[in-house]
Amino acid sequence: MSEQRVRLEAGVGAAIRRHGEQTYPHECCGALVGIPGQVTTAVALPNTTEEGPRRRFLVRPSDYRIAEQRAGELGGELLGFYHSHPDHPARPSQFDLDHAWPTFAYVIVSVATGTARDMTVWYLKEDRTRFEEGELNGDDNPDSDPAAALHG
Amino acid sequence: MATTILIPTPLRPYTDKKDAVEADGATVGELLADLTRKHSGLKAHLFNEQGKLRSFVNIYVNEEDIRYLQREQTPLSPGDTVSIIPSVAGGAPTIEQGVRELPQLTNDEVQRYSRHLIMPEVGVVGQRKLKGGSVLCIGAGGLGSPAAMYLAAAGVGTIGMVDFDVVDFSNLQRQIIHGTPDVGRSKLDSARDRLHAINPHVDVQTYETALSSENALKLFEPYDVILDGTDNFPTRYLTNDACVLLGKPNAYGSIFRFEGQASVFATKGGPCYRCLYPEPPPPGLVPSCAEGGVLGVLPGVIGVIQATEAIKLVTGIGEPLVGRFLIYDALKMRFRELRLQKDPDCPVCGTHPTVTSLIDYDQFCGIHPAAPGTPAVGPSGSPGDITSLALKQRLDRGDALKLVDVREPNEYQINRIPGTVLMPLGDIPRRYRELDPSDEIVVHCKMGGRSEKAADFLRSVGFTRVLNLKGGILDWIDKVDPTQPKY
Repeated sequence: MSEQRVRLEAGVGAAIRRHGEQTYPHECCGALVGIPGQVTTAVALPNTTEEGPRRRFLVRPSDYRIAEQRAGELGGELLGFYHSHPDHPARPSQFDLDHAWPTFAYVIVSVATGTARDMTVWYLKEDRTRFEEGELNGDDNPDSDPAAALHG
Repeated sequence: MATTILIPTPLRPYTDKKDAVEADGATVGELLADLTRKHSGLKAHLFNEQGKLRSFVNIYVNEEDIRYLQREQTPLSPGDTVSIIPSVAGGAPTIEQGVRELPQLTNDEVQRYSRHLIMPEVGVVGQRKLKGGSVLCIGAGGLGSPAAMYLAAAGVGTIGMVDFDVVDFSNLQRQIIHGTPDVGRSKLDSARDRLHAINPHVDVQTYETALSSENALKLFEPYDVILDGTDNFPTRYLTNDACVLLGKPNAYGSIFRFEGQASVFATKGGPCYRCLYPEPPPPGLVPSCAEGGVLGVLPGVIGVIQATEAIKLVTGIGEPLVGRFLIYDALKMRFRELRLQKDPDCPVCGTHPTVTSLIDYDQFCGIHPAAPGTPAVGPSGSPGDITSLALKQRLDRGDALKLVDVREPNEYQINRIPGTVLMPLGDIPRRYRELDPSDEIVVHCKMGGRSEKAADFLRSVGFTRVLNLKGGILDWIDKVDPTQPKY
């Protein structure tokens, strides 16, 4: 486990889940904006991959610039990106690793048959050999609370 | 000459948190070399192990991507600003040739594949890729037969086959995976035996089902390449769309009479079947092989082209048939090639797709299947239809019915219903006056498709008592007169 951690402000986790459910069975993607250690806004971005949006996402350079710009406008900085894994666990793939940037928080939400489930956060190891899971706080995940899942 | 370089957020820890730094160089390549000398932590994130810029690192000089300039040789002028801009990519786990561990070859396999191994283009690595590779053949018929046999012989490790048919005598003229003793067996059982006889090392996976919007994505998911050997438009569009949605290449082929077509669709950046044909033809306009016939050897040529492309895709050698549409004319013995471009407005693979999940392809192709539980040929057809048994009863009763066979003369020579008049569909518009509109007319063809069009035409020119024989002469032979041959 990485020692890095990030807190999602109220509503951010729900927005990411909603985005993943809306684009299901395709992957969604977006930027995480805030102050170090705290995501205040999730900025949805178009998935522009040409390799099949069920298994891939791509944020093109022009959208990356928009994300940095948006972070500046909101008085924060770009902390990382989120994307969904339709019908796959919320764990980074080899493809994620091959394309990862250092220091960014990579939030992954698993969307199983249209319903968002687990959400995790990952950081690239300095030597690029693997991802380390970080600590994700403030996620209002109904699945993580068995009582809510039962009664919700 | 110092040039300013804008650093993106994730790389700022390597530039003392600065969002812009300066470095020297007359070209972009020199500039980046100087940059990574000054800030050594950047190197591993910008360049791969071979010293090439990573694919998701974009370098812009002012507002232009260096890929559209002279790449790393792009010269720099005073006042230029260079930006490093990330592409952010990722995705769920999938089968990746580059990542997947390739299986080793056994001594038996080395001997078996020696003619591949001695060619450097394939070699041991290529053969291991084949062994680790997988191809799903849609259909175990004319195209699927030769394709699967050569894929098995070549050592493709996993071959999947989707079909739900039974081997019929009329298949044997071209579907060489099946033999005469296999008539009546499931095509998949027959195909599996044949493939294992060719190469016992191959894992043959069979799916005895009709490909549908419900099962296509799940069936395609584990395979590297999909080989489209379908004989109908709904399944062809379904296969294409599922390949696009999953990002899997489609080794496409189709055949009709003496002409064949082949291409590779749905590769990264390449066109798909819908870029060529956004919409299907009206139902019935293009006859099927069962109606129009097919030269038996033709699917051999086209199926083997598809297998060739599948093997090239799995091994990554050569130039795939992407963006090229190959047309083969067996009578003239000529190949033509059309250039095919990805259509940015393509409804499934374009920049603003309108088809983002699998749809109802029968409806899309204008085909209205019988209601569930209704037999394809039965007493509860449309009011303009008559069944073979009902026709027989009425003929036996002595009803005055005018029987019109709308097939071609060569079909009429094979079998016929006694007492019919031959009037091929294409001749009806100029010959219908030979018929009496006051008669009750029954039109038929081989299976009921062409005669339905004939009936529609006759009604449109004022005939009021026209019936279409459901299921055509094939159903007549099954139900009424089994002494006649079928084709």
